[in-house]
Amino acid sequence: MANDDREKSERSVSRRAFLKGGAIATGALSAALIPAVGAEAQLPDAVELDPRHSTVALKVNGVAYRKEIPNRTTLLQFLREDLKLTGTKMGCDRMQCGACTVIVNGRNVYSCTTLAVEAAGGEVLTIEGLAKDDVLHPIQQAFVEHSGYQCGFCTSGQIMSTKVFLDRMPNPTEDQARLALSGNLCRCAAYKKILESVMAASRLTRA
Amino acid sequence: MKTAGQPVPHESANGHVTGEALYTDDLAGRFPGLLHAWPVLAPHAHARVISLDAALARVEPGVIDILTGADVPGDGNTGPSRHDEPLFPDEVMFHQQPVAWVLADTLEAARLGASRVIAKYEPLPAILTIQEAIDAGSYLTDSLRIARGDLSALESSALRVEGELSLGGQEHFYLETQASIAWRDESGAISVHSSTQHPSETQEVIARVLGVPRHHITVECLRMGGAFGGKEVQANACAAIAALGVWKTGRAVSVRLTRQLDMALTGKRHPYLARYAAGFSSDGRIEALRLLLYSDGGWSLDLSEPIMWRSLFHCDNAYHLPAVEVTGRVCRTHKTSQTAFRGFGGPQAMVVIEDILAQAAQRLSLPAHVIRERNFYREGDTTHYGQEVEGADRILTIWQRLKKTSRFDERRSVVAAFNAQHAHVKRGIAITPVKFGISFTATFFNQGGALVLIYRDGSVQVNHGGTEMGQGLFTKIRQIAAESLGVAEERVRVMPTRTDKVPNTSATAASAGTDLNGAAVVDACRQITGRLGPVAASLPASATFADVCEAAYRQRIPLFAQGYYKTPDIHFDPVAGRGRPFYYFAYGAAVSEVEVDAFTGAHRLLRTDILEDVGDSVSPIVDRGQIEGGFIQGVGWLTLEELLWDDNGRVATDSASTYKLPSWSEVPEVFEVNFLERATQPGVVLGSKAVGEPPLMLAISVREAIREAVAAFGHGDVVTFASPATPERIFFAVRRVRMGSGVFTFSVPHPL
Repeated sequence: MANDDREKSERSVSRRAFLKGGAIATGALSAALIPAVGAEAQLPDAVELDPRHSTVALKVNGVAYRKEIPNRTTLLQFLREDLKLTGTKMGCDRMQCGACTVIVNGRNVYSCTTLAVEAAGGEVLTIEGLAKDDVLHPIQQAFVEHSGYQCGFCTSGQIMSTKVFLDRMPNPTEDQARLALSGNLCRCAAYKKILESVMAASRLTRA
Repeated sequence: MKTAGQPVPHESANGHVTGEALYTDDLAGRFPGLLHAWPVLAPHAHARVISLDAALARVEPGVIDILTGADVPGDGNTGPSRHDEPLFPDEVMFHQQPVAWVLADTLEAARLGASRVIAKYEPLPAILTIQEAIDAGSYLTDSLRIARGDLSALESSALRVEGELSLGGQEHFYLETQASIAWRDESGAISVHSSTQHPSETQEVIARVLGVPRHHITVECLRMGGAFGGKEVQANACAAIAALGVWKTGRAVSVRLTRQLDMALTGKRHPYLARYAAGFSSDGRIEALRLLLYSDGGWSLDLSEPIMWRSLFHCDNAYHLPAVEVTGRVCRTHKTSQTAFRGFGGPQAMVVIEDILAQAAQRLSLPAHVIRERNFYREGDTTHYGQEVEGADRILTIWQRLKKTSRFDERRSVVAAFNAQHAHVKRGIAITPVKFGISFTATFFNQGGALVLIYRDGSVQVNHGGTEMGQGLFTKIRQIAAESLGVAEERVRVMPTRTDKVPNTSATAASAGTDLNGAAVVDACRQITGRLGPVAASLPASATFADVCEAAYRQRIPLFAQGYYKTPDIHFDPVAGRGRPFYYFAYGAAVSEVEVDAFTGAHRLLRTDILEDVGDSVSPIVDRGQIEGGFIQGVGWLTLEELLWDDNGRVATDSASTYKLPSWSEVPEVFEVNFLERATQPGVVLGSKAVGEPPLMLAISVREAIREAVAAFGHGDVVTFASPATPERIFFAVRRVRMGSGVFTFSVPHPL
């Protein structure tokens, strides 16, 4: 395994050097705006050059991005390191705590164990995309009003899971809410306030 | 302007719900050329390092440098009190202890580089349990001791309860792992963003490692994604590595542990072993207690000594012990260096005394709540270390009110009726008290500082020595400052904690963050309002706060002040074991009801009622959150979080898949939390009381309720089980009482 990794690492360096040579202008870190639809069809040129890298095109919070990345890049790394969207957190890195929860094509996923290439062509919604024009989303408003957090580190994940849950079940019972959020841990154990926030959010979103 | 005592939103509410509230690792993008660090991990719990060869690592693409002991310009030791924690050890003292660190352009390259370092070791025998340490005479401290009265009652008492109790530790599992980013400024000085509860000590340790004066180092903590004591000391080594990396390479360095590294490398709540003998009168009054406590301190001292002191102080919980000898000793084992964790040694000792009382109740065929109440401190009593138990009457007041509001007596009957009708599922209900001493046990830590700045437009910046880790300190500080200045909260901005604003601060710990820093903020605000008063009086009544500030500026009156507070009237003599280590006591009680399934040993927490004395709450939402969260974290420690080490000393429970954390299913199905009313605490900021740690120990009510339920499977037998009360342990405890009572017999032997 170590040898494989090393080979990969060396190759990735040569790949970068090759890119620097100007064969493909990837726009460095600033993502080029392209239409998200049909993005996958435009990938093969990069894949042919280095099978360990891919160009992913996807929409995050309504903005289209296209970027060449190592295949093993997780969606969490892509969001935090490439796009600098740090509202999504890494808690356990093993899809157990839920701090990294984001929404991909309407489903809540653990971004720490989702590869960015798996989301290619898709639409990703993160905590940064919920508020519109500085107006908080009703779920965010409910979490503020009911203090559904203590340290705040799990909060973006809790809110994103709540979003998917309420989209599907606008008028839930408390038991349904507990079950829906069972994939999101809060080590401060602010569960009671989180539940209050979710129930309040369901009332606000229906209103 | 009334803001204190109001249920105001969290100081960073909008930041938390929008993702804009930043934690240390979120800042990485601000540092171009940032290097990432990964440790070279020793694969032995105890070994001598024979050689380190980093030649292959150096040619690994992306690797910039390797940090070893030879790079340390100062004292390469991060031990906080005793200097016993070499950053680059010659002798490996726990499994996966870092022996070198690799710096690279990416975390991945650093990890690959670390795997290229060839380290040779000579394995040595390892001590992995408390019993092995006792057998080998391996200790980190001498025996600490507090005694009073005549222990001869142990021989003459009507009832003698003897035994031992083993208590597991607890992983902090702060959701944000240890993180530091260090960089060099234009003057060559080093600044560090660190997820630390104790920025001043982090600064001190970095200065020590680099061999520079402390004014060369600035440490800042924006906020932490949880800490719970786990970043009181354990943040220092990560910060020191980051700073050393900058020192050597000139580039900014990030040290951010992955979850698996964090769980393998950082200290936890101390596992304990208690051995005891107690004498009781026939009506259940404790007459004498001899208690021996051993903690598993791991490889270095850390805070283990003051933690053991707090265990000695709290072996009474809320009970008057007329004759007692309690001795504590910290064992040295080849494990992570165990450290502070919410309660700081208090919880372990309090579980032990509750266990002893419960056993006595069963032996005397008295309800446990009756025995508990009979042994309460009364007004005028003193503790075994000679401190008067001020406010002792609150113990009984809380007890009686909670029994009433929770309908305790009525529900006991309902539980008994339920149990009479069910053979394989039994319920138990228990009420337990908490008395918890507030102050750092090391007296000199009990000081706080603040720097309040007002600008000419009437906007306010508050700096103070405390750190925000989710406990709501900044929310309370903002309320306290607004209240003290008589302005709206929106005018007050609480600044990130920095060592260049308030120096020589204490850790934000011991539940004392608001008491110390809040009082310092009040002190600063009073100075300023004292100066502004005459200015305001000279202006028309319609003058705004901003008008007053502008006028004061023009009259050349300073609009800023430093505040300071030191806790009065506390002292302790460790040699005599006598003193007044605590400024006051926090009180509370909880009633919990559980249902235990004999087939699986699993239990459901049906209902918990809590009554907590928080004084005059500064921030009711924050305090309620601390009580609910502290209680559930305690339930985790006592019923499901089990740390396991394998035979090689490796932490076997190194992720949330093997280490079970409280989730939604551990929240009581009915959960009633109330504050004691009319409970002003004189001499504390705005009459409030500390709330961070005490609620954790309310979870003992769950352990005792489980004991009641297990007992219901037998016929009066004494029920004992180690902690945590996992389903496995409870399953076997149920088997034992069933066998003991002869109701059921099993031919298959079972492990104890």
